[in-house]
Amino acid sequence: MGSDPAVHVDGLLKLFDVPERDEGLKAATKSLVRRKTREVRAVDGISFDIEPGEIVGFLGPNGAGKTTTLKMLSGLLYVSDGEARVLGHVPSKRERDFLRRISLVMGNRNQLNWDLPALDSFELNRSIYQIPRPDFLALRDELVGLLEIGDLVRKPVRQLSLGERMKVEIVGSLLHRPQVLFLDEPTIGLDVTMQKRIREFVAEYRRRHGATVMLTSHYMADVEALCERVIVIHHGKILFDGDLTALAGTVAAWKTIAVALENGGGDLSAYGEVIHRDGDLVTLRVAKAETARVTARLLAEQDVLDLNVEDPPIEDVIELVFARASVE
Amino acid sequence: MSSTATTPELAKVGRLRSLTDFYWTTIRLAIAEQFQYRAATYMYILGMVAEPVIYLVVWSTIADQSGGSLNGLSAGDFAAYYIVWTLVRTMNIVFTPYGWEWRIREGQLSGQLLRPLHPIHYDVAEFAGGKIPWLIYYLPIAIVLTLIFQPTFDVRPAEVAVFAVAIWGAYLIRTFNQTALGLVCFWTTRVGALFSLYIMLELLLSGRLVPLTLMPDWVQTVAWLLPFRWTFYFPIEALVGDLSDEQLLGGLAMQIFWILVGIGVFSLVWRYAVRRYTAVGN
Repeated sequence: MGSDPAVHVDGLLKLFDVPERDEGLKAATKSLVRRKTREVRAVDGISFDIEPGEIVGFLGPNGAGKTTTLKMLSGLLYVSDGEARVLGHVPSKRERDFLRRISLVMGNRNQLNWDLPALDSFELNRSIYQIPRPDFLALRDELVGLLEIGDLVRKPVRQLSLGERMKVEIVGSLLHRPQVLFLDEPTIGLDVTMQKRIREFVAEYRRRHGATVMLTSHYMADVEALCERVIVIHHGKILFDGDLTALAGTVAAWKTIAVALENGGGDLSAYGEVIHRDGDLVTLRVAKAETARVTARLLAEQDVLDLNVEDPPIEDVIELVFARASVE
Repeated sequence: MSSTATTPELAKVGRLRSLTDFYWTTIRLAIAEQFQYRAATYMYILGMVAEPVIYLVVWSTIADQSGGSLNGLSAGDFAAYYIVWTLVRTMNIVFTPYGWEWRIREGQLSGQLLRPLHPIHYDVAEFAGGKIPWLIYYLPIAIVLTLIFQPTFDVRPAEVAVFAVAIWGAYLIRTFNQTALGLVCFWTTRVGALFSLYIMLELLLSGRLVPLTLMPDWVQTVAWLLPFRWTFYFPIEALVGDLSDEQLLGGLAMQIFWILVGIGVFSLVWRYAVRRYTAVGN
């Protein structure tokens, strides 16, 4: 691609000095005289580029450095070292032109006024982001329509359920039509239907407005539905950066074969590791290199009614990545 | 990558126009919010009035027992002083350091830092808007106090005009002072002790506890050199005192001076403070 990346990160480092002490009064008294701190490398020299219009999943266990990275990229935190540029801006300078073009949505944070209907908070956002009124009204109505929240925006925010609140929060965060959208656990705590609705909305917003999206989520369904590319981070370092499908191919050395057999088929352990059996349906784990040979043998030697060869579930793949990183 | 459209950037509005729009919108929303909690606000104002009423009763009694006046102030003068005090106090309420402590410790500042507008604008605008309902709620209280304590008022139009400006000057001085104090939380997390010290100095040196004319000369001199006097005593004296036009204008000039000092200190501290923000909790 010829254009500059929407997000450019090179050797990004964030250190925190975290105060710590042992339990008890004695340790508390000692800390009066000498305060002990420990340096934590929350983000440890990561580098990546994200092209305009790309949607990237940022995965990692709790404390991996995902949110810290998003906070640095949105200008909330100063970087300890390295370079970060978003839309050509250095985020920590928090220039007005930069802040008008990005948005950070955090699933556990409330930005709207608790006591007023969301419509009032939207109006405040209009004045903060200097949105011309015709553009504001058009986009507000478009977003409210997309999420079908016309009946919610007139209620005080405090009277909305968690899922309803998240929907109005997202609309509030997009009214200034950000070109780069940082989503930190946008579906956390929501039921499956609501998660799906938010996912569809994000995809539609990105399609309509060409936004660049960086998403963290603990729900793999979010990542699978939205992201072609994932960046896996652990202990502040990047473990993988590439296509979601390639991640399974790179990390997992096996595939699963789900096979439905006439009369259950008896003992299938000779074909591979039986990981699940439900009546006539058996799921086998087979070494990737052996998949074709085992499939051919099953078809030749058993009464097969149906057969599916699949990559392992992405949850298992990610778990494997983290497990390997911990061992290393 | 699936096909996406790219919509053009939103048009920009001039800085002054956008700020005016922001202040007006925030003030309107603050009024709406205060009306939402009218009962709680009324209770708050009533509680706040208790403080000057106690001072008023004490000093009026002392004045009566001292032959009708104390240092030239009669019971009616004390009544005028403390009734105007209640109005000044209503108008100079600001976002406190405790609010900053909560914002910083809980990570609530994040939402404000993501906006293309300094958080101080929101605080100034929101508390300015809140004063309009407070003023409406305050009026019946002022009438009752006037009927009970019979204040002595002798007011010139120039004094009313200066008072109308001075209460906003007092509001801005307190805003910047307390915001600068609140920013200390970027280093210490807790600001309670420091804020208590500030309030103690304000009580003694602003005319909040007693009219400054009742204080020793050296205290009055110290008070003249510090910002506190210009947040209580000057606005009150502008209306109920006997200040010349030069003193009135000089007082406004001192308020402008302390507002500029406040902005300078606040801006300097902010530059270093915000680098320490860890956005924890959010």
